[in-house]
Amino acid sequence: MGADTAYAEMPQLKIGSYSFSSRLFVGTGKYANLEVMREALEASGTELVTVALRRVNLKNPGEPTILDAIPPGCTVLPNTAGCYTAEEAMQVAHLARAANIGTLIKLEVIGDQSLLWPDPVGTLKATEQLAREGFTVMVYTTPDPVLAKHLEEAGAQAIMPLGSPIGSGQGVLDVRQIERIRARVRVPVVVDAGLGSPADAAMAMEAGADAVLVNTAIAQAKNPVLMARAMREAVIAGYWGREAGRIPRRDDAQPSSPVEGMPHVRA
Amino acid sequence: MTLIINGETAEVDPVSTVAELLDYFRVSHQAVAVMANGEIVGRDQFKAFAVKDGDAIEIIRFVGGG
Repeated sequence: MGADTAYAEMPQLKIGSYSFSSRLFVGTGKYANLEVMREALEASGTELVTVALRRVNLKNPGEPTILDAIPPGCTVLPNTAGCYTAEEAMQVAHLARAANIGTLIKLEVIGDQSLLWPDPVGTLKATEQLAREGFTVMVYTTPDPVLAKHLEEAGAQAIMPLGSPIGSGQGVLDVRQIERIRARVRVPVVVDAGLGSPADAAMAMEAGADAVLVNTAIAQAKNPVLMARAMREAVIAGYWGREAGRIPRRDDAQPSSPVEGMPHVRA
Repeated sequence: MTLIINGETAEVDPVSTVAELLDYFRVSHQAVAVMANGEIVGRDQFKAFAVKDGDAIEIIRFVGGG
């Protein structure tokens, strides 16, 4: 398949000691059921999937677990979703490590409940502490070039700026911020949150994202498996589009056909 | 014995360790994390960590999320 050939040619994306062929990371929330999720994850070609930590339902402790439905070969990236302070997020990270899932953590410290907007102060504090403890911190952040540099200096192994509010499907509202962050940090940049369509994913990649993380746009699509496949191809297209080097934008038209030698066809 | 499990007061048959508590609730020991009175109990301590009357225990697992 053509898409698989393209994947083989893309350089591996390294995050800490982890390495990925696919540049599409996928969330596991909000699928109609685990079977659809498994099929979508397979169609996406992803090698990194996010999960959340929550209390076991003691009234139904034997219900199928999310980990059983994640295709083999995928690395699991636990998140700290739902945390509003650095301390809460650090405790959730410690719980994830206690569950024996590795050192990866998607750090989220939220400062505004209706926007799910990251709290930059708590995010920086938790990044510093968790990195010091040996976690591979992939940090969800506002699309702020200066904060991105601080997070990198604090030890983050990936900077994950939001495109727009989580689950909103508004896409990348200010693509220049992704370009600016890309120009200022050395660690991978992963556009996380708000992507609604394959075009959004391609745009983020063209702007210089090393990868994108998509959940709702796949899980809540009318056909999640088809959307997963489309996202996969969009990420590849965006990656190669950036590598190929796009033409500059101009105000006026530039004819594609020769101006000279026009036949005399006027009446 | 009375425990506070995942924030709710629960009357359970007497258990002496975290491992026995997980078995009582038929929770697989795979991919769960446990906190006892705010302290994380390492997986290698499940069989040794004592559960006492009145303890607040959190039993955590992975779920879908973005």
